[in-house]
Amino acid sequence: MKKIWKKYRLVLAILALDLALWPLAPDLAPKALSNSWEFLGDILKIVPPVMVLMGLFDAWVPRALVENHLGTGSGARGAALAMLLGTAAAGPLYAAFPIAVSLRGKGARLANIAIFLGTWATIKIPMILMEASFITPGFALLRLGLTIPGIIVLGFLVERLAPGEEKSEVPVT
Amino acid sequence: MFSLILCAVAALALALSWAKDRGRTRKALLGSARAMLNLTPSLLGMTGLVGLGLALVPPDFLANLFRHHGPAGFMLITTVGALITMPAPVAFPLAGSLMKLGVSLSALAAFITTLTMVGVVTAPLEAAYFGKRFTLVRQSLSFGLALLIGLLMGELLP
Repeated sequence: MKKIWKKYRLVLAILALDLALWPLAPDLAPKALSNSWEFLGDILKIVPPVMVLMGLFDAWVPRALVENHLGTGSGARGAALAMLLGTAAAGPLYAAFPIAVSLRGKGARLANIAIFLGTWATIKIPMILMEASFITPGFALLRLGLTIPGIIVLGFLVERLAPGEEKSEVPVT
Repeated sequence: MFSLILCAVAALALALSWAKDRGRTRKALLGSARAMLNLTPSLLGMTGLVGLGLALVPPDFLANLFRHHGPAGFMLITTVGALITMPAPVAFPLAGSLMKLGVSLSALAAFITTLTMVGVVTAPLEAAYFGKRFTLVRQSLSFGLALLIGLLMGELLP
């Protein structure tokens, strides 16, 4: 019981904050709640299918395959593959976490995980097109050109600074 | 749109897997369900944070923030980008209208980069998966990268 309470403390704290805001800012609190509600709808459309895919990935993809291509010995080819995997997918960053954790569980190195997450977050063909049309193509391309090397350097720095200490709260098989 | 494709892919993969090996598929689905259950608290936490963030920082407020020029304004805008998370179809039109308001392009680049790469609201979720240290290191380095990209863009763009 106490454990459940602890797990949900963030949700409860935010709900309490929303309620406390109500008398102070009568139109802000309901707006926050309706925003959350709308966002929850988005999440429920995306997370369950991602979870199903992740479960299937765990069951069918052999560990050796991931280890060979994204593991410690994978070098520049591994980083390139991690980047390619990140751009190939679409969708919000929180959809990438379960996939990244599956890859990690199967032996991908941490640098490649960080590269995958960074690419997923910023480098997307539809996003670049949108950026080019709403701002300017030059702006979008220059930002892309600076982001790609940045993400690669960042990946290896993350591996240096946070060597494998992920919590296995989510079971990894 | 994205979720439709995703659901279709998941259903197809599930059907293939079921046809090939029922026992293994059942085990895989059990794993999916357990992962989903473990994830629920962080997902709900993120939901709450996103809702509150969007209510506290409406788009016209953001436009006002961009009127602050100089290094302090640059830092402020980059930080706001890290604090809130926005779907791309909202973020880019906003960025476009900010540009028409005449904001500095280097601040805009840093803002877009933190908006997409750094997410204080997704941090609880990321920490549940990869641990606090990984999350902290990745997000602070991404923040640094955003500042660097912003400064370089300011130098390189006409």
